[in-house]
Amino acid sequence: MASNSSGGSDRQRVAQQRLRIITGHLQGRENGDSTIIAAECKAEGSQTDVSREEGKTVPRRRQEIMKWNGWGYSDTKFIFNNKGQAEFTGKRYRLSGMIIPALKEWFEGTFGASMQHKSPAAPVLNSGAVQPPTLNEAFLEELKSTGVPFSHDAEDRVYRAHGHCLHEIFALREGKVGRVPDMVVWPNCHEDVVKIVELACKHDVCLIPYGGGTSVSSGLECPPEETRCIVSVDTSQMNRILWIDEKNLTAHVEAGIVGQDLERLLNESGYCTGHEPDSMEFSSLGGWVATRASGMKKNIYGNIEDLVVHVKMVTPQGVMEKSCRGPRMSTGPDIHHFIMGSEGTLGVVTEVTMKIRPVPEYQKYGSVVFPNFEQGVACLREVAKQRCAPASIRLMDNEQFKFGHALKPQVSSMFTSFLDGLKKFYITKFKGFDTDRLCVATLLFEGGREKVLQHEKQVYDIAAKFGGLAAGEDNGQRGYMLTFVIAYLRDLGMEYYVIGESFETSVPWDRVLDICRNVKARIIGECKSKGVQFQPLSTCRVTQTYDTGACVYFYFAFNYRGLSDPVHVYEQVERAAREEILANGGSLSHHHGVGKLRKEWMRETVSNVGMGMLQSVKDYVDPKNIFGNRNLL
Amino acid sequence: MSNTYRDSCGAGLENEEEFVDILEERRRSSDLGHALRTFSPHPYKGAESCSNADLNKAVLESQYLRYMAKEIAAETGSSVEEVREEACGILEEMSQNLQLKCIRLMGFTMTKVLKRLYSGIFVNMEGLNMLQQSIQEHPVILMPNHRSYMDFLIISYIMFTYDIPMPFIAAGIPLAGMKLVGEVLRRSGAFFIRRAIGSDKLYWAVLSEYVRTIIKTGIAPLEFYVEGLRSRTLKSVMPKLGMMHMVMEPFFKGEVYDITLIPISISYDRVLEESLLAHELLGIPKPKESTTALLKASKVLQEDYGSMHVNFGRPMSVRHLCEGKINRCQYNLVPRDLPQKPSAEVQACVSWLAHLMVRVQEEGSVMGPWALMACLLLQAPTRVLTEEGLPWQELTDKTLWLRKLALDFGARLNWPSGQGQAPDTDVMSSTVALHGSIVNHKAGRVFLVQEEEPTRNRPISPEEKMISTAAAVLMLASYRNMSLHIFVRPALLATALHIKKTTQKDELLAFFCFLRDVFSNDFIFIPGNSSQDFEEACFLLKKCGAVHVSEQEVTVSVAGLEVLSFLQALLQPFIDSYQVIFRYLCENEVHVYAEKQFLTAVRNLATELILSGELHTYEALSSDTHKNVLSALQRLDSLTKSRASEQNEYTVNKAAVRRIDDILSGKIPPQMLHTTPEAKL
Repeated sequence: MASNSSGGSDRQRVAQQRLRIITGHLQGRENGDSTIIAAECKAEGSQTDVSREEGKTVPRRRQEIMKWNGWGYSDTKFIFNNKGQAEFTGKRYRLSGMIIPALKEWFEGTFGASMQHKSPAAPVLNSGAVQPPTLNEAFLEELKSTGVPFSHDAEDRVYRAHGHCLHEIFALREGKVGRVPDMVVWPNCHEDVVKIVELACKHDVCLIPYGGGTSVSSGLECPPEETRCIVSVDTSQMNRILWIDEKNLTAHVEAGIVGQDLERLLNESGYCTGHEPDSMEFSSLGGWVATRASGMKKNIYGNIEDLVVHVKMVTPQGVMEKSCRGPRMSTGPDIHHFIMGSEGTLGVVTEVTMKIRPVPEYQKYGSVVFPNFEQGVACLREVAKQRCAPASIRLMDNEQFKFGHALKPQVSSMFTSFLDGLKKFYITKFKGFDTDRLCVATLLFEGGREKVLQHEKQVYDIAAKFGGLAAGEDNGQRGYMLTFVIAYLRDLGMEYYVIGESFETSVPWDRVLDICRNVKARIIGECKSKGVQFQPLSTCRVTQTYDTGACVYFYFAFNYRGLSDPVHVYEQVERAAREEILANGGSLSHHHGVGKLRKEWMRETVSNVGMGMLQSVKDYVDPKNIFGNRNLL
Repeated sequence: MSNTYRDSCGAGLENEEEFVDILEERRRSSDLGHALRTFSPHPYKGAESCSNADLNKAVLESQYLRYMAKEIAAETGSSVEEVREEACGILEEMSQNLQLKCIRLMGFTMTKVLKRLYSGIFVNMEGLNMLQQSIQEHPVILMPNHRSYMDFLIISYIMFTYDIPMPFIAAGIPLAGMKLVGEVLRRSGAFFIRRAIGSDKLYWAVLSEYVRTIIKTGIAPLEFYVEGLRSRTLKSVMPKLGMMHMVMEPFFKGEVYDITLIPISISYDRVLEESLLAHELLGIPKPKESTTALLKASKVLQEDYGSMHVNFGRPMSVRHLCEGKINRCQYNLVPRDLPQKPSAEVQACVSWLAHLMVRVQEEGSVMGPWALMACLLLQAPTRVLTEEGLPWQELTDKTLWLRKLALDFGARLNWPSGQGQAPDTDVMSSTVALHGSIVNHKAGRVFLVQEEEPTRNRPISPEEKMISTAAAVLMLASYRNMSLHIFVRPALLATALHIKKTTQKDELLAFFCFLRDVFSNDFIFIPGNSSQDFEEACFLLKKCGAVHVSEQEVTVSVAGLEVLSFLQALLQPFIDSYQVIFRYLCENEVHVYAEKQFLTAVRNLATELILSGELHTYEALSSDTHKNVLSALQRLDSLTKSRASEQNEYTVNKAAVRRIDDILSGKIPPQMLHTTPEAKL
């Protein structure tokens, strides 16, 4: 993705900034970069330098670069090589091509998994397993006349029939394909979408908008009971930045653009949105809007609802948008809030005007080790209280801390490992931290250099009051890198009978510790009672802080050997965990959305009247249920 | 509903656990060695290390108390500082100060005392092992029944002996007032609760925060008596819900993942305070708890009290028990630190659970031959017992018959395997010998012991003689009560069959439910479980061959007459006593009674009726019965209680009482009695 800049100094500056922003935690970095990076990379050894042609990440045929039954790029995955060592393949990420020596032991130790017991996936998609498409001939005829590209190729359809819920991927790995869209269309611009929606209404065709395909709420699943022709509206080719308004610091962007392209293209002009959800490599702007996404650096830049200035959505009733770009309006309920979180049930988001910021001058990672999770949470709470949260602050529990350690790549230098040993000795022996209780917070600071350093000191001072010890930039950076590779790890687990997933919630501060303890305990208890024969991994982290509460992320995985219907068990446990979350005052979702996975709890979440309001909007906007993915309501 | 706990956590009868006499080792090895043993328990894994002072500080500084202090200050017009100081005073009076040194001292003394009093203290090791496990996993609540002062430290003694963390024990404040003893108890982990808290908001606040903090921090297991009081009649007492609610709240609010309840059944062959209790029930007041009174009572230490059984029940998970009963989301919208009136759902759940615990305690209790013999002795006319004596052979034959019935009904029976030619007879002889304070066995007959007052010169009046007989009868009744939980359900059905003279199942069920409602202060039933109770009664009577049960009918079998008449006679004293009071209330001119006036009048009436031979049961003299009748009538909306000038007053709805009396006599069919919800916290 990153290209070596050889142009003038300006261009060089931009490239360096750009690299710091995304590639810092995403992939390789350049030689001779500024001092901070030189200081950080000691553990990483060689640099990788991937050159890609300028342009877009996502082709119309996703199968050219993406897996059909797993996460991310086809060329990138974790494997246990023939020496039995874990290795991350490909060239795209910082970790790519590296050996991860401790992973195997952690993996076997944590899950009771073994290299002897493999559960391989079906190697290729068998087109025979895909039902032939139900086509609406009249619609098809008229669509052809518009010139919008489309396909009813089996592969194209299967790619757009799922998100990344465990049951979806598990089924694909077994070669099972359920109801899939009957065809895929690739609008190229807003006008194309208007035409498609008009035709769909005219011919009573079901439309399901498709952005980056990273849904984890069964949001993309085709309702099996849908008998109409289902058309997947793939927005991936609507990926241009239409204009940048430097006076007001806004950019007008087509909604199909994926996060990494948006940031890269804006960086070239010296700007960024700062919106970095964990899925940002693949998820799209329209998807963010439709699901109320949240980015890891929301403390500086805000969540999607704070970033959006103007939205254009094509609905069966026509196009909905505001008439101006005023920064705030008192004009009744904000109609943007009908769009944000509508999860594809009302229309297709086609264009978005969003805030942009100059690329920050300086960026610095950091980490703090706490003697226990309780102290860590207390520290995050204090940071939130003082409203001095860095761009990102995340607190991992002890299990995740250990997991993070297991993902340390092989070190080339004796000196680094010696230093590591020394650090460990200092923390555990000298400071008396218990390795089975300590936890780590990762930090990311952004802004002017002076301010960052000042800010950093302020945060570390608070941390010290809660027994926190600064544990280096390296640990911090590795923590953020994990965000992007963890999804690949699930695919590795699935090769060895281990299944798992993550889910999130938001909760008031006074409930954070209780919800973490109770949900983790519930997961373990449910696994036991459902007959899971191995101790599950049940872990959490606090990933966002707010004035009044926090976002908590749970990871849960187990070895399913001996279970006849592991996905069912998994779903029961996840459901129980969600009930536990709700019983502990957590929200139904902080940013993943409801989709079909969490629909059953919507009514109790928003009350009968609330449901009625949402339903009446749906009934007005889309009386024929053209946008029939049946999410949310 | 009733089966949820049986399936997973009920005390199973199938695998009779091994009871081990823990005194045996004490008799063999040094008491001092035991007192000084290394005490290294495995505490709750989530426990925060926290000294007693830290605990008190956390309580005083809690958000909840701060809030309450402000609110109370505003209400009373005093300053927040004053209220907080008062709270501090309450906490000082209340809080425990557990110290291992003191436990060792207690351990040493208790070993001495226990060895003198008891031939054995039997503990089920399996239960103890499960407890040891549970304590590490979740906060644990120890819930013993309360039959004797002896209960008070026996649990701690066992915990100390087996390396289990020492509990904090909720105790009544009178104990704290005893010189020295109060302080020793405090240092042994007791914390003291005032008796009549009433509407003292601040006291409630301090107490509930104290209890919650103990549970949330997991600093120690908490021990409390769900019955609230020591039972005066050796029968289970209607559980108190306030403490139960405080204990459950941290779970409801998600402050702990789970709470483990450990039902503990303590059973005695012979209770230290037997005579004291009987006199108390007859209105001869209980001596104030004082250290001197305790020393005076030390003559009781000269006697033999047989053995004691401490049965640790299977750990019960509150989370599991409350599944589907509580929507914990109800705490989402208000900060958990603020006071919140418990919802009807929560009240019902707490009540259900409290009653369930009593039931499980009952099921876990172990009864000896004496409980069975007491049942039978009480069924003989009192005159026979006092004058001509009951033939020994008749008593022993009947006891063996009853043993079989009790076992059929699932009793846990402690029937020692005696030695010699007629082992069972030996067992019964030694049982009677142990209870020489109540009965004696001479010349092949068994007599009720009449109290002797050696310093008496003048002749004994009939009333005085009667009091003396009554004391013996009430003691006997108390021991009978130890077996009531085994028989009560079938006995209610037997009574229904007897009174209604019908075979129709639905009619019997209706009458069964009526009886259950009327007597639910005397016998503890799980609220809302009436049809299960009825089914259980049918099942047990069918099992012992007393009845045939079909879809529609319950018919008496000829072979079952003996069982049915025994069971019906078992409840007769209760029915008679209730009816005496009902009639008193109906026939009297007055509508409003002061409590004292009422109790005296009823006792006088009963005395009169007994002397005249119209009433056969001395149990009508028991103040416990009187209070239960008042509660029952209140519950059945036939009586309203009000408070007038330092005294309780009762206003009677005569028509309603008469209706209940008529139903009870079988004159009119039972109608749906309106019962007010039992679940008041």
